[in-house]
Amino acid sequence: MLSRKASCDSHGQDSSYFLGWQEYEKNPYHEVQNPNGIIQMGLAENQLSFDLLESWLASNTDALGLKRNGRSVFRELALFQDYHGFPAFKNELVEFMAKLRGYKVAFDPNKLVLMAGSTSANEILMFCLAEPGEAFLLPTPYYPGFDRDLKWRTGVEIVPIHCSSSNDFRITACALEEAYQRAQKLNLKVKGVLVTNPSNPLGSTLNRDELNHLIDFAIKKEVHIISDEIYSGTVFDSPSFISITEAVMEKHVDHETDLLGRIHIVYSLSKDLGLPGFRVGMIYSNNETVVAAATKMSSFGLVSSQTQFLLSNMLSDKKFTSKYIKENQRRLKKRKDMLVSGLRSAGIGCAKSNAGLFCWVDMRYLLRSDTFEAEKELWKRILFEVGLNISPGSSCHCSEPGWFRVCFANMSQETLKVAIRRIEVFAESSSSASGRENLSHQRSVRNSRRSLSKWVFPISSYNDHEPADR
Amino acid sequence: MKLLSRKAMCNTHGQDSSYFLGWQEYENNPFDEVQNRNGIIQMGLAENQLSFDLLESWLANNPDVAGFKRDGNSIFRELALFQDYHGLPSFKKALVEFMAEIRGNRVTFDPSRIVLTAGATSANETLMFCLAEAGEAFLLPTPYYPGFDRDLKWRTGAEIVPIHCTSSNGFQITASALEEAYQEAEKRNLRVKGVLVTNPSNPLGTTMTRNELNLLIKFITAKNIHLISDEIYSGTVFKHSPRFVSVMEVLKDRDYDKTEVWNRVHIVYSLSKDLGLPGFRVGAIYSNDDMVVAAATKMSSFGLVSSQTQYLLSALLSDKKFTKNYISENQKRLGKRQRMLVMGLQKAGISWLESNNAGLFCWVDMRHLLHSNTFEEEMELWKKIVYDVGLNISPGSSCHCSEPGWFRVCFANMSEATLNLAMQRLTDFVAEYSTANGHKRLHHSSKNSKKTSLTLPDKWLIRRLNWIRKIQKWLSRHLNWIEKIQNGC
Repeated sequence: MLSRKASCDSHGQDSSYFLGWQEYEKNPYHEVQNPNGIIQMGLAENQLSFDLLESWLASNTDALGLKRNGRSVFRELALFQDYHGFPAFKNELVEFMAKLRGYKVAFDPNKLVLMAGSTSANEILMFCLAEPGEAFLLPTPYYPGFDRDLKWRTGVEIVPIHCSSSNDFRITACALEEAYQRAQKLNLKVKGVLVTNPSNPLGSTLNRDELNHLIDFAIKKEVHIISDEIYSGTVFDSPSFISITEAVMEKHVDHETDLLGRIHIVYSLSKDLGLPGFRVGMIYSNNETVVAAATKMSSFGLVSSQTQFLLSNMLSDKKFTSKYIKENQRRLKKRKDMLVSGLRSAGIGCAKSNAGLFCWVDMRYLLRSDTFEAEKELWKRILFEVGLNISPGSSCHCSEPGWFRVCFANMSQETLKVAIRRIEVFAESSSSASGRENLSHQRSVRNSRRSLSKWVFPISSYNDHEPADR
Repeated sequence: MKLLSRKAMCNTHGQDSSYFLGWQEYENNPFDEVQNRNGIIQMGLAENQLSFDLLESWLANNPDVAGFKRDGNSIFRELALFQDYHGLPSFKKALVEFMAEIRGNRVTFDPSRIVLTAGATSANETLMFCLAEAGEAFLLPTPYYPGFDRDLKWRTGAEIVPIHCTSSNGFQITASALEEAYQEAEKRNLRVKGVLVTNPSNPLGTTMTRNELNLLIKFITAKNIHLISDEIYSGTVFKHSPRFVSVMEVLKDRDYDKTEVWNRVHIVYSLSKDLGLPGFRVGAIYSNDDMVVAAATKMSSFGLVSSQTQYLLSALLSDKKFTKNYISENQKRLGKRQRMLVMGLQKAGISWLESNNAGLFCWVDMRHLLHSNTFEEEMELWKKIVYDVGLNISPGSSCHCSEPGWFRVCFANMSEATLNLAMQRLTDFVAEYSTANGHKRLHHSSKNSKKTSLTLPDKWLIRRLNWIRKIQKWLSRHLNWIEKIQNGC
């Protein structure tokens, strides 16, 4: 009676990522009303800088009240459904995007297409670039929502590019080629690579090597690169963010090949400005046909004109945006440092990160065995016994069990402290639980010592807690 | 290797049709009462601009709502973060109550069965994704809204098979037309998954009769298929006209709510037409089928309604005093505006579908102005009306009408003065056109339309006026060229 799309579960929303969310909804932590509830650490939201936005709104009531110079523009906005988007808004957005990239690249508002969130943007790009049954390569671990956003209604396949902790999950030329070969074996035509930069869930920016590998790969195989840069404004530490456009410019390949026509950027205001509810996403492409097709497809999810007007006003205030970007990044860094040192004192290490709203946490030593079943078990314990909803690496298609994404920007400082305390207690009790755990911990300590230079925080924590002390 | 998808490269998005081309021409030379009186008057856009003052006055009296405040407290954070695809509960509640109010509270809706989407465009596509595989078909009565070719087919791969309706019975759906369409689909090896109707109809501007609704219900029961009822114009029924009867009402009256047919009827709604807010992107799917609601809810992730907008409109629609007054006043104004258009058509000797009792447009009969009963002729006539008369109206062929000569003419997206001017242009055109074609009298197919004949002095004046207008147009087209020469470019 219904379509397969409606009846099946390939929307991926029965994965643990969403299930954990559901559990949290049933028993949400509240400082006063439910202090034993589950703390939501699986939602990559930026709640740290609302006061800055609220203060701007309080001083700019016209923008809220749909007024321009004191005169109502309600009618104009009520009728504005042009899928080319509000011109003033697009101008401000490209300016904002350039600012986030230190003005190392410039964007043309005519190449920007607006749609209701990056969820919509990513799906539209799939519709534009691939037929059902064709594939995109994605480095693992990746955002769980991609299984739905990229595949569900489009029929496109995802083939993972396996990245591993041995080199901080960096993309290598070898891994790219291996993924491509695997796709070929599966009879899947590869149309491109999609990366998230800064990465979700790793919380780190792609380095020059990785970007160059991607570019070389895209040139050689004549495929597209989609760079989902929705966290570009959350880079709070060095190294600085290098956009795909910048990398291509620096390689001076844009003139020799038609590579530029195969580079597409996805952006959104959900993470940088913390406004997921307003549904503002966009595609930036140098390919005219893609821009034209995506523009028409955006009809299926336009941005509310009321919202376009408000945000075009906000982004046009350059003094505000400069202050916001800087302060927001400072707060994110502070919060991340808090989580990382809290985890360290619990004997838990993290991947080194410089961006995003989360940490990529190494809990391998807490696993009963080096398996995804053990990871699931651990995740459930953390969800139900410890009361923290964190995202297990398997939901992000990580190839190694034991990694978890833990968000830090969607709660108050006090709540984060409570969460850290709970982790400490749990880690302590887990460590003393059995000798087997000690053995596997010793094993992983030896492994970490081998890659000493790469893991600053975990090494210092393991040094502090020799096996005999635990 | 093919770089882009077929969807990106092809034109099955239907946007090369005259519907959109006329729009583009208007964009190139838009009429303005002061700055461009010779421009093209947009009569191809079904927008409701008649009742903004009511909305503006409500906003002025409720500044808190736009200011993200509730009871004086800021709820900005809550809204900024609210991306739950289940939608703002207060908005869904207010919306279903508004929908019930429009239906005279003869049907009620359950807010947990409504799914919010960014516009009816998104709602219709989402339903296709939920109900049909690529290559399966939905039957649509003609004429239908040109946008459906894109909305229902483009990315879904679903097919549309027309249910041919004719002027012989006011374009009403008949049992035989339904059956014929079904057989046609079978011949083309297309599995039919359902019927989609727009009620009130776009472009006919009429509400479906109970008879038609009963026929539809009988048909979908017999064939075991779905029915989608796009009711986005349900609030635009003119005052003192036959009222809107929703398919839900008929199902309830016939006790179908206890049967499984109930689960196969889905409604699409939007605030773009009734409230005149297409820019805010508020659409909805209402379904009694749990699985459809569940799947559509997840799919709405691809086009959620801005929380800022949900909040504003939940407050607006919760104000029952406002909604009651708005619905009534809006319908009154629409009726008045339609009568104005119709009087203008009469003067021009043009008839229209007289069952027109809803919508933002009139389905106009210009068959008598065709040289021959063909769609080529209809296109010729349309081009003349766009370029020479300066009216962008929608030709029936863009709506897949099976008979040439019908046009959809919108009346609610301009001022009264502009509408009068448009009617004057039309009158002048018809007179000149008829004269030029050697017609002494204008022929009408409708029983009640009046025959008009112009006197000799009138005709002379009209011909002179048209000549002056042509010169004005030529001058404005060549002004740029002249300026360039002067500037030495």
